[in-house]
Amino acid sequence: MLEQCEGSHAVAKAVALSRPEVICAYPISPQTHIVEGLGEMVKSGDLTPCEFINVESEFAALSVAIGASAAGARSYTATASQGLLFMAEAVYNASGLGLPIVMTVANRAIGAPINIWNDHTDSMSMRDAGWLQIFAETNQEALDLHIQAFKIAEELSLPVMVCMDGFILTHAYERVDMPSQEQVDKFLPPYEPRQVLDPNDPVTIGAMVGPEAFTEVRYLAHAKQMQALDLIPQIAAEFKKEFGRDSGGLIKTYKTEDAETIVIALGSVLGTIKDTVDDLRAEGVKVGVLGITSYRPFPISAIRDATANAKRIVVIEKCFAVGIGGIVSRDVRSAVRNRPQPVLTVVAGLGGRAITKTSVHKLLLDAIADKLELLTFLDLDWDVVNRVLDREKSQRRSGPIAEGILRDMGNLATQVV
Amino acid sequence: MEQTLVKFYQTGTFTVGNRLLAPEQRSLQSGAARSNSLNSGHRACQGCGEALGARYAIDAAMAATNGQLIAANATGCLEVFSTPYPETSWQMPWIHSLFGNTAAVATGIAAAMKAKGRSEVRVVAQGGDGGTTDIGFGCLSGMFERNDDVLYICYDNEAYMNTGVQRSSATPPAARTATTMPVGPNPGNEFGQGKNVPQIAMAHEIPYVATATVADLRDLEYKVTKAMSMHGARYIHIFVPCPLGWGAASHDTIKLSRLAVESGVFPVFEAERGEVTGVLKIRRQVPVEEYLKPQRRFAHLFGKKPDVATLARLQARADRNIRRFGLLGE
Repeated sequence: MLEQCEGSHAVAKAVALSRPEVICAYPISPQTHIVEGLGEMVKSGDLTPCEFINVESEFAALSVAIGASAAGARSYTATASQGLLFMAEAVYNASGLGLPIVMTVANRAIGAPINIWNDHTDSMSMRDAGWLQIFAETNQEALDLHIQAFKIAEELSLPVMVCMDGFILTHAYERVDMPSQEQVDKFLPPYEPRQVLDPNDPVTIGAMVGPEAFTEVRYLAHAKQMQALDLIPQIAAEFKKEFGRDSGGLIKTYKTEDAETIVIALGSVLGTIKDTVDDLRAEGVKVGVLGITSYRPFPISAIRDATANAKRIVVIEKCFAVGIGGIVSRDVRSAVRNRPQPVLTVVAGLGGRAITKTSVHKLLLDAIADKLELLTFLDLDWDVVNRVLDREKSQRRSGPIAEGILRDMGNLATQVV
Repeated sequence: MEQTLVKFYQTGTFTVGNRLLAPEQRSLQSGAARSNSLNSGHRACQGCGEALGARYAIDAAMAATNGQLIAANATGCLEVFSTPYPETSWQMPWIHSLFGNTAAVATGIAAAMKAKGRSEVRVVAQGGDGGTTDIGFGCLSGMFERNDDVLYICYDNEAYMNTGVQRSSATPPAARTATTMPVGPNPGNEFGQGKNVPQIAMAHEIPYVATATVADLRDLEYKVTKAMSMHGARYIHIFVPCPLGWGAASHDTIKLSRLAVESGVFPVFEAERGEVTGVLKIRRQVPVEEYLKPQRRFAHLFGKKPDVATLARLQARADRNIRRFGLLGE
């Protein structure tokens, strides 16, 4: 059924339709509306049987989900940014134990400086934690991916992180096609755990493993993610059959067949890039877009095949690894290894900075003219940067960087007298 | 002839005490039906108080729930010595997740059982003092304030023994640990630090809080059984000597527990909804020196010239416990 609603509301409803049995909630922007919605559904009795637990931290949120999942319950939580870092130890633990928890990450920058706006630094910090990570482009896809995520997670007995851009998606009102309970029930059967804490058939979960078997345990985690490279497209196809929509999969391409330049990105920015590509195509520029939906497992073959004929690849990523550069682009480079095509890293949209069509348009023309360096920071204000560098050269006590920048920029809020 | 009621002490073990009692008063552990949930063959040190406490506590909880019990275990000695891959000593469903999240994991298990309508299945969480009073304290307090249906058992051996005897917030003043060495003007752990988690648990006004020791295992069984007859958040703090960490003889584990109680160093009590409802009286009061002397972690207080000032401060702490809980008299 079509409805106009907030992205968070769409996700809350999709999660509820997936019949979770335990939900753990801890507030952090911009994820909060999702668990608020679920809390109301549990409290009103619309979502039952389900336990909704208001925990004292994100570390506890995921830990409660770990206990619930190990006891055989379909378990869900949501977080963002600092919250994901605070639960980091449990993030690794959930995947190490092989527990099919589904968690939404409403992508947000990580401080300091504290910043509540969107980028992908949070999810990327956990890219090696053993979770599957799937990125939504639109609210409809966020909704659809959550329903698929439970099925993927439970099939593999691995946790899945559904990543959606904070505010840009979570707080945007858009039309979504909300499936019925009957449809979701048909697609997603009740959870049948591979391992479960049950007094009638006792098992030990979480034993200490030494050098004699640790490598094997870790390899099996990798092997399962490799299985996911087949499973994710298969479940996307099943989803299409039931719901009639293309959602999920490993990657999606747009006008890449004859493209000399292919832009790679994740999440909601793909919309802006596609619009820019349409404009450039109208100007006769052969450019296309590749969206990565499954970042973990990383679809090396799919990306390699889809970019085989391109002259260059531009990766626009909302994150970066301080001290080296791109994160996504390094993975893309491993996909296109031994090919002459350059992979250009563009760091953009950090801490919620808008990625505009104008900037992307100019960026791509520069790339095509071979004027782009290997690492570019889109719309970086060099004046601001240089003022700080000059100040640090000229005075020892140059002060806190972020506050200095805001003062330089004339931000009134910092002019406290 | 007038019949005198004979009161037997030391009736929690296989000692003569059990045979003198009526069958229904005997220790659960002395019966053939005990569940052996923490089975023999684990790698605990000789004289380990934690292994003894866990065996009695979990078997009592198993008996109270007809075997419908799931355990969540913090990282620590108990976890390491009981589950070295590919072995396990647990004859019950058991999970170890992390050091600091055990209470939350237990909450999740209890929530799952509730959602699935399996009200007969109950949950215990267990950890050492480090996993309880320090790193796991946030999750523990959260579990308490939500009144989640979990019995949390802390095995308190007063330091991080698994990592090599470092100070925790349960380490007593003056005690030597690897991070509070007996050097400088104030040797050993500082006075005026540390936290009393049983009392903090009581401040949450949860249904049941109790302390116990491995010197009185029948009392421990009684408290676990009582805790399992209740619902909501419950907490039992068990005093478990560590021969290795305390520098004590492995055959002195029970003796040291008894001396901790008889000196007033460790008050044994139970409380419901924040009110103390019962205390274990001191039978024969002993000075704290008698408890401290057999332990090398306090050796710097004795020697040729005893540190009378520090000993007096430790005695004053014990005396305060005796006053506060009314540990003397009938």
